[in-house]
Amino acid sequence: MVVHNLLPATPRPTPGLSLRVRAKDVVADGVVSLALDHPDGGRLPDWSPGAHIDLMLPNGTTRQYSLCGDRWDPYTYRIAVLREPAGRGGSADVHDRLMPGDRVGVGGAHNHFPMVPADRYLFIAGGIGITPLLPMIQQAELAGTEWQLLYGGRTRASMAFRADLTHAYGERVHVRPQDEFGLLDLAAWLSEPLPGTKVYCCGPTPLLAAVQEACAHWPDHSLRTERFAAAADRSESVRRTPFEVELRRTGRTVTVTPDVSVLHAVRRAGAEVLSSCEQGTCGTCLVPVLEGTPDHRDAVLADHERAASDCMMPCVSRSHSDRLVLDL
Amino acid sequence: MTETAAVPASPPISDADPFAAENLERPEPLHRRLREAGPVVRLSRYDVHALARHQEVHAALVDWQTFQSGAGVGLANFRHEKPWRPPSLLLEADPPHHDAPRRVLREILAPLALRRLCETWQAVAEELVETVLAERGREFDAFAALAQAFPLRVFPDAVGLGPHGRENLLPYGNMAFNAFGPRNALVESDAHRVGDLSAWVNAQCAREALSEDGFGARIWAAADRGDLTRAQAPLVVRSLLTAGVDTTVHGLAAALYAFATHPEQWQRLRARPDLARTAFDEAVRWQSPVQTFFRTATTDVDIAGTRIREGGKILMFLGSANRDPERWPDPDRFDLTRDPSGHVGFGMGIHQCVGQHVARLEAESLLTALARRVTHLELVGEPRRHLNNTLRSWASLPVRIRPAG
Repeated sequence: MVVHNLLPATPRPTPGLSLRVRAKDVVADGVVSLALDHPDGGRLPDWSPGAHIDLMLPNGTTRQYSLCGDRWDPYTYRIAVLREPAGRGGSADVHDRLMPGDRVGVGGAHNHFPMVPADRYLFIAGGIGITPLLPMIQQAELAGTEWQLLYGGRTRASMAFRADLTHAYGERVHVRPQDEFGLLDLAAWLSEPLPGTKVYCCGPTPLLAAVQEACAHWPDHSLRTERFAAAADRSESVRRTPFEVELRRTGRTVTVTPDVSVLHAVRRAGAEVLSSCEQGTCGTCLVPVLEGTPDHRDAVLADHERAASDCMMPCVSRSHSDRLVLDL
Repeated sequence: MTETAAVPASPPISDADPFAAENLERPEPLHRRLREAGPVVRLSRYDVHALARHQEVHAALVDWQTFQSGAGVGLANFRHEKPWRPPSLLLEADPPHHDAPRRVLREILAPLALRRLCETWQAVAEELVETVLAERGREFDAFAALAQAFPLRVFPDAVGLGPHGRENLLPYGNMAFNAFGPRNALVESDAHRVGDLSAWVNAQCAREALSEDGFGARIWAAADRGDLTRAQAPLVVRSLLTAGVDTTVHGLAAALYAFATHPEQWQRLRARPDLARTAFDEAVRWQSPVQTFFRTATTDVDIAGTRIREGGKILMFLGSANRDPERWPDPDRFDLTRDPSGHVGFGMGIHQCVGQHVARLEAESLLTALARRVTHLELVGEPRRHLNNTLRSWASLPVRIRPAG
């Protein structure tokens, strides 16, 4: 490992699920992979291929990273992070500040890029866009479904997991670094629509646009994409200071500190909220929000439901605003 | 029943039959003996291991990697035995195959997706309660008049079923839930109907049989989008019809039985109708309409020092876990001041009841309507159980009520 700790991460209480960086490894030029686990050794919330987590970084920003590990290991989340010099500092924070042993706040896992059944899969990755496709490949193997991977990147050395993939799957993996092959030859791969094949593509915006265009004459819903550039852009900072929650019906106000969930805080204040999984996956504890902006960390609400800010899952979700008013 | 003292690395052994009539009728004494015997007990009669304590049941439910559902969640091991029907894509499946059907159904039955049904279901509940009070007077069988009647009014419509043959739903569910147990007399008594009932249910799963705006049509729309295959869609509809009727009927019956036997809790609900959801979950904890499910070990696994071999079946007593005194103070009490969160009556983990929000909405609608119109509710005769290998079921619940004002 050749990562230098330039800035010591200050230990601060991390809201929500606080995981430990168990390992940090350089897996390609400019790419580190992190293994995260629970300090108590417990199971992590379940996920499926295509899912991402929110990582709450030492600099106060939140970044989203696809889970690229093995879901049959319930104790480890694995992500891989590309250093983006033009970014807002999130990836630099991961590269330069986050060290093995550090705690990091995690939200999720959410999945906007789920794998659907198919006769065959064509996976197309651009650079770090390989990450959500790794568990998909594992799953296609398990399901015994035919697949091919077309993997582009700037240079061979910049392409994470390239050697592992080639070693494990041989000629089904088509490695096409740009400095050797030029841009991916999408016409050759996509000109003839293949009914029953689903195309899963993740990578930079120009690649997605090109694949979208190349698939225009394919049957509807053949192409599934995830725009990691856009996803990684979510920049609202995570609050590390207490916020107030007013229980409108009960007439009480409670202060929620970073080390406690909204659910537990409101229960302590006497509100009765039914819950079940307490991991943001079952939806049982949903409460109406009357005022304020929740910081959603659950896996239940769709994007438009999150944006409406009229309800939240208090077991994992928190607040962006100084004050939340709940219908409790 | 005998429970021998544990020798190192071998669990206590019980020759009890959890599926025998007396244990189905009244499972609590057996549950207590199993919990007290140890964290893992071997049931010699069926050559399976059993978990009856909350901690182990909860841990096994969430650990889908070690305790699979794909080999069947009944006694039959699908690795060696042919299932009585094509396996469920949800209940009897593991990742990765489980993912897509689960996701589709989870979205269709999500709490916010059900909001559109709230008003209708509240209105139907109020109308049903009015009709029952007007037509049946003060004494009636609350099981038939309310617990059965209400889900049968709202749920088949929500799925989008046609008007004919709905009387097949309860017998089909009863048969499916019996089939998770051993091939005992309960299974035998259903045997002559398997063909007819299955044919009717399967026919209702076709796109043409379903209305255009129900859960069923949404499942088919997901198949059009490619989120499911067209071969999967009817089986996902079948899951709704199998798991969505009898369970809620007996869940509602559990709540009505609880209130009829705990008058002070009924007054509490009347004073605070917003407790209806908690009350339903407390009733689900207390009675556990789904009593048991099996899992199958995917590898040699040690639970509390007991080695369970790969391929071995494990029987999880949800009803017992929900009354484990280590987890619940005074567990045999039905108590609205208790927080029932964390009960395993709906399961836990990736297979947790996908229809739980539907069940809660049904219960909330009915209990709220009833609390508004009925000041007192009590038993007027001995309630009768209906025996089922998996469901804690009812045959009758004779009550006397006093209507408000």
